[in-house]
Amino acid sequence: MPVLAPTPSPVGIATETASAIVFQNVSLAFEDHQVLDDISFHLLQGETKAIFGVAGAGKSIILKLALGLIKPDAGRIWVLGEEVSALPEEQLFELRRRIGMVFQESALFDSLTVRDNVAFRLIEEGGTSPEEIEERVREVLRFVELEHTVDMLPGELSGGMRRRVAIARAVISRPEILLYDSPTGGLDPVTSTTIVELLVKQRDVYHSSSLLVSHRLQDAFTMASHYFDLGENQMRPLPPGGQGQVAMSFLVLREGKVIFDGNAHDLANSRDEYIREYIS
Amino acid sequence: MELISPTDYAKDKISAVQDYCILAARSIGNLFQRPRYFGDMLQQADLIGVGSLPIVILTGFFTGFVLALQGSNTLQRFGTLTLIGHLVALSMVRELGPVLTGLMVAGRNASGIASELGSMQVTEQIDAMRALGTDPIKKLVTPRIVATVFMLFFLTIISDLTGLFGGSVVAKFLLRLDVNQYWSTAWQALVIDDVIMGLLKPPIFGFIIASVGCYYGLNSRGGTQGVGRATTQAVVSASVLILAVDAVLTRILMIAFVGYR
Repeated sequence: MPVLAPTPSPVGIATETASAIVFQNVSLAFEDHQVLDDISFHLLQGETKAIFGVAGAGKSIILKLALGLIKPDAGRIWVLGEEVSALPEEQLFELRRRIGMVFQESALFDSLTVRDNVAFRLIEEGGTSPEEIEERVREVLRFVELEHTVDMLPGELSGGMRRRVAIARAVISRPEILLYDSPTGGLDPVTSTTIVELLVKQRDVYHSSSLLVSHRLQDAFTMASHYFDLGENQMRPLPPGGQGQVAMSFLVLREGKVIFDGNAHDLANSRDEYIREYIS
Repeated sequence: MELISPTDYAKDKISAVQDYCILAARSIGNLFQRPRYFGDMLQQADLIGVGSLPIVILTGFFTGFVLALQGSNTLQRFGTLTLIGHLVALSMVRELGPVLTGLMVAGRNASGIASELGSMQVTEQIDAMRALGTDPIKKLVTPRIVATVFMLFFLTIISDLTGLFGGSVVAKFLLRLDVNQYWSTAWQALVIDDVIMGLLKPPIFGFIIASVGCYYGLNSRGGTQGVGRATTQAVVSASVLILAVDAVLTRILMIAFVGYR
């Protein structure tokens, strides 16, 4: 078996320096509705953490809080050692360049071609020649197997293709952290598997730290039970007893609180009735 | 219909004014920070300025045309029909040119800016831009404001000229006056103070049009219906603000220029 991403320390004992993201007692309410209620967790370097919960549980909000797109009412958030909950908007732009985000509805710029969408960050940052930008764009589009769409507009792509272009846009600058908001939501099983394979490839080949918001447990379990074989350029199941060798953990939210934070094995064997019902 | 308490209503309005002021201040502050997006400014100047040319030319021409027609009636009573060029020139350059051009550009571009940014807001494209490390105020708002401020200045000059031309058409073909006399009286009527008064207003109106359009666009909520609402509000607010600011500005400029007290 090829060398995989480093196995994280057991969740719960990581230090802030080893963590890519730390949420500490974070609360957020919209008017009278408490969305997040005193939640704490951390994402280790190189780890992918899948976040689950029913619709409206505050999953996507966690990603926006991590990016500093919204501020918490209480609590503190650290991302790559910077306290995003305390930084003003102007100082967050620099940090955000080290983070990639895939939005739920892709959020591609609809007046720009796929090339310009994917190259957006490189063009904005400057200092990269047009030839190198073209090369990098084609490289990441090959990664998501969509090189032929380079001159197309987002409106000409299917939902699954848009999602893959959004992944290409997020990974082009090789960010240290990736945030995926329901990357397989509303897609057919074949396209979903393609996207899950891309996430596994990103985790195991580039060792990115990721937060994955999803409604589909099977996607996260697939990620926890597979690794990416770079030699064969495809996702393969872990050998028997190999679970835990991939850097994957799970977080379950219920009514704004964290009710589970652990690995796939612990989740599958949880005695919590709500979790058992949720995963059944 | 849900009733809102007067206190909450006042708080909402004050908060909106505060947000607008912050947006306006940041958009101006961005002029002194890199990156400056000159390419986007040129693109917006083309869309806003060149794109508004037909509507501004038509508005200017017909305003001057009607002004000459209406004015001729009164001037004829006093036997001063030959001063029609005087009337059209002063009215167009001092007041109607800047205000009507501002209102037409507000109708066309405040709505365009609000709907474009509003659509980007409700489809998370603005959040995506922030997530990619780009400041949307720098990238989207400042170039639109700079382009509108510059282009409205030149559009107003064009509107003034086409208005004078519209008046000359009436003078020649309907009033049977000598065109040279028309242009001569128009030229003699204008002094530098009139031109300055008329051309100080467009940059301020341009700032109002673009900043109000951007404010409503970036604060769109509630899907396509919200974008439609933002578009309408942008046009109404920009138009009312232009008229209100014009009233205040005219008074200030009249005090500032000797002879108009």
